[in-house]
Amino acid sequence: MSTFKQYSVLPGFNLALGFTLLYLSLVVLIPLSAAFIHSAKLTWPEFWSTVTAPRVIASYRLTFGASFAAAVVNAFFGLLVAWVLVRYPFPGKRLVDALIDLPFALPTSVAGITLTAIYAGNGWIGQYLEPLGIKVAFTPIGVFVALTFIGLPFVVRTVQPVLEDIEKELEEAAAMLGATRWQIFRRIIFPTILPALTTGFALAFARAIGEYGSVIFIAGNIPMISEITPLLIITKLEQYDYTGATAIAVVMLVISFILLLIINLLQWWVHHRGIKV
Amino acid sequence: MTTIPLLQASSAPHKILVTQESPWARWILTLLALSFLSLFLLLPLVAVFFEALKKGWDVYIAAITEPDALAAIQLTLTAAAIAIPLNLAFGIAAAWAIAKFEFRGKSILISLIDLPFSVSPVVAGLIYVLIFGLQGWMGPWLREHDISIIFAVPGIVLATIFVTVPFIARELIPLMQAQGTEEEEAAIILGANGWQTLWYITLPNIKWGLLYGTILCNARAMGEFGAVSVVSGHIRGLTNTLSLHVEILYNEYNSAAAFAVASLLALLALITLALKTFIESRVAQKTSR
Repeated sequence: MSTFKQYSVLPGFNLALGFTLLYLSLVVLIPLSAAFIHSAKLTWPEFWSTVTAPRVIASYRLTFGASFAAAVVNAFFGLLVAWVLVRYPFPGKRLVDALIDLPFALPTSVAGITLTAIYAGNGWIGQYLEPLGIKVAFTPIGVFVALTFIGLPFVVRTVQPVLEDIEKELEEAAAMLGATRWQIFRRIIFPTILPALTTGFALAFARAIGEYGSVIFIAGNIPMISEITPLLIITKLEQYDYTGATAIAVVMLVISFILLLIINLLQWWVHHRGIKV
Repeated sequence: MTTIPLLQASSAPHKILVTQESPWARWILTLLALSFLSLFLLLPLVAVFFEALKKGWDVYIAAITEPDALAAIQLTLTAAAIAIPLNLAFGIAAAWAIAKFEFRGKSILISLIDLPFSVSPVVAGLIYVLIFGLQGWMGPWLREHDISIIFAVPGIVLATIFVTVPFIARELIPLMQAQGTEEEEAAIILGANGWQTLWYITLPNIKWGLLYGTILCNARAMGEFGAVSVVSGHIRGLTNTLSLHVEILYNEYNSAAAFAVASLLALLALITLALKTFIESRVAQKTSR
């Protein structure tokens, strides 16, 4: 026991840890293991042919491609928004700051139908894009738009605190030594916020991959073209193909576990960044 | 001798500029950021209420007071009312064990608590179907005893709990870690028992964190769509939450009603953001004092 836990005068460790582990096992761990155990019903070749069927591959391509594109756009605009919020004064700043978290707070089905209404051919934005030959709703671009909406807060909220903590002295010193503003940003500020920016990017990407509610309304869900992987799981479930659905779910679970690991490493990088400087 | 005034002369006007961009660059960056936010955040928010009220107040009121909508509101509140207290108890227990004690495997435990955040909502629903569904592990036993979990209220509650597990714990853990153990240790040494220490020392210290976590947990619990959609079966008036009701109305091309119900959820989101901002400013005031 002494090797497992350090001595403390505080009571309740066994009760608290016991309850935590019991709850986590019952609600999260045992149900999650069900997916892996159920997929073991398939032989390896069966599993492989299920998760690499052409329609499934097309859905991976869309899900990962759109998630990546959305995360890139969010990394750029998220950095810009965080920069403006931290450094420049403007009226209504607190309101804008509060609004950033809207995608976290707004239920995904509401986001889905609203974005669809805006980007449909007769919508507020769609009516101007349609004559230009750009169709957003019911195409892969719609998936990208929904995923951009969903991922925005992740980058802003991870970069913002790091920008706030940056020491102005370094920038001043660089300026005194003759660096231009752009050089200072590239050589001093950007390397400092890079770990946070990468973390925000990874968080937005990870969230986008699993996203369902906000996407299915705007995607149009055409097989091979605008069908995301989570929707494919639902489609298989509705056809009572539990094993097929589980096989794809296992692929998604493994990918999210890998992403979770990468995000943990990135967060470690953010926290230990200060030591090197 | 000439170097001193030169340095002063050049540094005085320079100092304002060195850590700031030129005014026009700042203006353009601010404008660009605000345009992006207006396009991606403000416009959808305005659109929800605009679409909801497009056909007038009568249609709006009718849509949110029809029996199916009221049943959806009731189910949404029920699921949140069960999920939140359970996750509160879990959050406090997990934070107590993790923040107040040193033990092996702690960082693994913290990662496990965050796990539901990285699982797709659809997969979260699916795993409960695999356990409690008719073909699932417990399916035959449940059918024998005439208990239904999937396509019924218990399934919705379970899926809601799964997606909201981390919210309160992840607010409390860093907060309680930062507060340390001195106050609790003093209470114990002065003769308080564990529950007294929790009630009189720890809980008052973490009340804002608790409230913050609860608000975020509530927003997600009431708004969850994907996980609930898998286990619900979409039975109107019975297993339909507000979020699912929006989908059903929308798929029936009843857009005005769908947006009316959606506006209720958007209102919930706005209240959540307001409370969140309020708590953040309270905590900021406290730490600056």
